Amino acid sequence: MKRVAAAAVAVGVLFAATSCADQGIDAAAQAEKLNLDGRGPITYVQGKDNSNVVRPLIDEWNAAHPGEEVTFKEQSDQADQQHEDLVQHFQSRDPGYDVAVVDVVWTAEFAARGWLQPLEGPMAIDTSGLLPATVAGATYGGVLYAAPQTSDGALLYYRTDLLDHPPATWDELVGACGTAQQTGIGCYAGQYAKYEGLTVNASEAINTAGGSILAPDGVTPTMTTPEAKAGLQSLVDAYRSGAIPRESVTFQEEQARQAFQSGDLLFMRNWPYAYSLMNGQGSSAVSGKFAVAPLPGKNGPGHSTLGGHSAAINVYSEHKATASDFLKFFLEKKSQAFFLSQGSLAPVRADVYDDPELIEQYPYIPTLKTSIENAVTRPVTPFYPAVTRAVQNNAYAAIKGEKTVDQAAADIQSAIAAAGS
Amino acid sequence: MTVHELSEPTTEVVPQPDSSEAPPRPRKGRSKAAMLLVLPTMILLGIVVLYPVVSAMVMSLFKDPTIDPATGKFVDQGFAGLSNYTHWLFQRCTDTTGASVSCPGGTLGSLFWQSMWVTVFFTVVTVTIEVALGLWFATIMNRAFRGRALLRTSILVAWAIPTAVTAKLWYFVFAYDGIANKLLGTDILWTGDTWPARFAVVIADAWKTTPFVALLILAGLQMVPAEVYEAARMDGAGAWQRFRSITLPLIKPAILVAVLFRVLDVLRIYDLPAILTGGGGGDGTATTTLSILVIDQMRQGFNSASALSTITFLFIFAVAYVLVKVMGVNVIDTQEQQRKA
Repeated sequence: MKRVAAAAVAVGVLFAATSCADQGIDAAAQAEKLNLDGRGPITYVQGKDNSNVVRPLIDEWNAAHPGEEVTFKEQSDQADQQHEDLVQHFQSRDPGYDVAVVDVVWTAEFAARGWLQPLEGPMAIDTSGLLPATVAGATYGGVLYAAPQTSDGALLYYRTDLLDHPPATWDELVGACGTAQQTGIGCYAGQYAKYEGLTVNASEAINTAGGSILAPDGVTPTMTTPEAKAGLQSLVDAYRSGAIPRESVTFQEEQARQAFQSGDLLFMRNWPYAYSLMNGQGSSAVSGKFAVAPLPGKNGPGHSTLGGHSAAINVYSEHKATASDFLKFFLEKKSQAFFLSQGSLAPVRADVYDDPELIEQYPYIPTLKTSIENAVTRPVTPFYPAVTRAVQNNAYAAIKGEKTVDQAAADIQSAIAAAGS
Repeated sequence: MTVHELSEPTTEVVPQPDSSEAPPRPRKGRSKAAMLLVLPTMILLGIVVLYPVVSAMVMSLFKDPTIDPATGKFVDQGFAGLSNYTHWLFQRCTDTTGASVSCPGGTLGSLFWQSMWVTVFFTVVTVTIEVALGLWFATIMNRAFRGRALLRTSILVAWAIPTAVTAKLWYFVFAYDGIANKLLGTDILWTGDTWPARFAVVIADAWKTTPFVALLILAGLQMVPAEVYEAARMDGAGAWQRFRSITLPLIKPAILVAVLFRVLDVLRIYDLPAILTGGGGGDGTATTTLSILVIDQMRQGFNSASALSTITFLFIFAVAYVLVKVMGVNVIDTQEQQRKA
C-alpha cells in the first residue's frame, strides 16, 4: 500500500517536472510580446560596482526621470555567483530584475533559454557607432539580445627601457627573447593557469594563427584545422623553449601583472586595467619604463579575445520601454566616457577613443581601440561552459607537454561535439 | 551511531511486565506517544533531508535540455532512463550523430573515475595524517604545564578560520614566488604539477583540521582516570607500554568518532582544492574531487549533475554505513572491555 502510494507520488512528480520545463520556453515566447511600452520604476542588476561608476550614473538618471527611477541591485564580485543569481531569477520568471548585466559569454545561453528580450522592433537600439566586435558579442542567432555596455581587449605590455619598438608579429616577439635572456628575466607571459583566462589566451593564439574553435554557426567545432593547431602549437613551443616561463602555468591576471611589475618579464599579455596600476604604484619597478602595443599577429596586429559586459532586458520585465531608454542612456558618449575615466572600463563607442583629452589622460586607448577592433568573441554558444572546459583542460595539458597538440585539438573537437548533443 | 547507542539502553530499561495479559497495551500506548513526540522531527527531517535527495534522484532521470536547431532555443529532451548514470559510470557520451561514444578527454564525463580516485586518495591520506598528528598533539596538551589553556585555545585558531580563507592563505604560500618556495629554496609549481598540487591540498587540509581531531582525542584522553596510569606505573610499565595498553584502547571511541567525522568531510571536500588549485595540477585535473565535478557539471546541465550528485551521495552513504557498523561494534567492544577492566 505504502509502496503504491510512493510510486504514485514519484510518477506524479516526474510528470510535473517534464511539463513545467516546456512551459518555460512557451511562457518566455509569450512574454517577449508583452509590456513593450510599459513605463515605471525598474531594477538594474550587475556585479559589484568596484570603482563606483554605476551609482553616479544612476543618480543622474533618477534626477532626470521622475517616476521611472532605477534601483541598483549589486551582486557579488564573483562571476559564477552572478551567473547563478541571474539563472535563479530568470528561471522563476521574476519580473523584479528588469535590466541585468550579462558577461559576453553568457549571452548565447540566456538568449537560448528565452530569458532576454530581443532588441528588435520598438526595442531596437542604434548600434552604428559601436565597435563591431562588441555588437557581435551581444548577438545570438543573428538577433541582438543585449546592449554592449563595456568592452575589453588585450594589450601587449613591453619594456621600453630594454626595447626600442614593440614586436609586430609573434615571430618577432619570440626573436626578441634573447634580450630577456641577456637581462636575466623571463620573456613573455599571459594567463595559463587552468581557468577562464586560459580559454581567453588559447583563443587568442588560435584566432591569431587564422584558426577558430567554433565555426560561425556556433555548433561545428573547427579545432582540427591546421590553423587552429598551429595557434595552439605556438603556445606549446614557446613554453617548451622557455620563451614563456615555466611558472606561468600558475598565472592568472594578477600573478602575471605582479611578475611584470617587479621587472621579471620583458613582455606581458594583459587587460588595460594593469596599465594605471603599474604606472601609479610606488612599489612598481617598471613605472615609466613600459608601453603597450596590440597583440602581435602573423603579419600585423593579432586577434585579442573580446572581454566585457552587455546590458539585457529581462523578458518578464513589466517596464520594458523604460528599460530600453536606460540601455540607451548607458550608450551615450558621456556615460561611456565616464566608464573610462571613473572605472578604467573600455567604452564600446568608437568615438570615445578619438577624444584628444581622454587620449592625453589615458595614452593606451588608441592601442586598446585597435585591440578591440581586431578582437574576436569567444565561441558564441549556449553550451559555453562545456566548450570552455574542453578548451581549458586540453590546452593546459598541451602547454605542459602532457598531451600532444594533435591529441589536444582532437579532444577539444570531440568534446565540443559531445557537448552540443 | 547515536541512534544505535540510544536505542539499546531504552529497550533494556523497559520494565518486564508482571502479568501476561497486559504487555502490549502500555507498550503500544507508550510507543504511540513516542511516535507523536518524534513525528514533528521526522516531518522536518523529511522535508530538509529527504526532499532534496528525492528531487535530485527524480531530476537525474531526465535528459538535459538541448538546442532546437530551427529556433536556436533550448527544448526539453524528456525521460532519460538511467542514461545519465551510465554516462558517468561507464563514461559514455553522445556525439553529434547521437551515437554513444567513450567520453572525449577534457569533458567532465571522462573525469568520473579519476575524481573518485582523487577523492579517496585525499580521504585516506589526510585522515591518516590528521589522526596521527592529532593523537600526538592531544597527548602533549593532556600533560599539565603552564600555559596549557592558552595552547589549547591557540591550537583552535586554525580550525576557526573559514576553509575558504585557509585555502586563499595557502594559495599565497604555495604561489611560485610564495613563502613555501622561498623557505625551501625550491622552484616547485605547487599548484601546477600533479603531485605537488595534491600534496598542497593535503598539507592545507591537515593544517586546518588536525586541531579539531586533536581536541576530539583530547576529550577522550581526559576521560581516562589517572589512577589507571599510577597502577600501571607501580607495576613497572614503561611510557610506550602505558600508551599501547592503556591510552590507546581507552581513547579508541574518541579516535573512531574523529575518523568518522573526517572521512565524511573529506569525501565531499570542495572548497579547499577548488580555491587552492582550481581542481587543477598535472594535466589540469589532478585535484578534481567528486564535489568539484558536481559543481562544474551543474554549470553544464542540471539533470546529469543530479545523477552525479546522487552517485556521490550513495557512495558517501555506503562508506558512512560501513564505518558506523564497524565502529558501532568496536565502540561497544571497547566499552565492555573498559567495564571488565
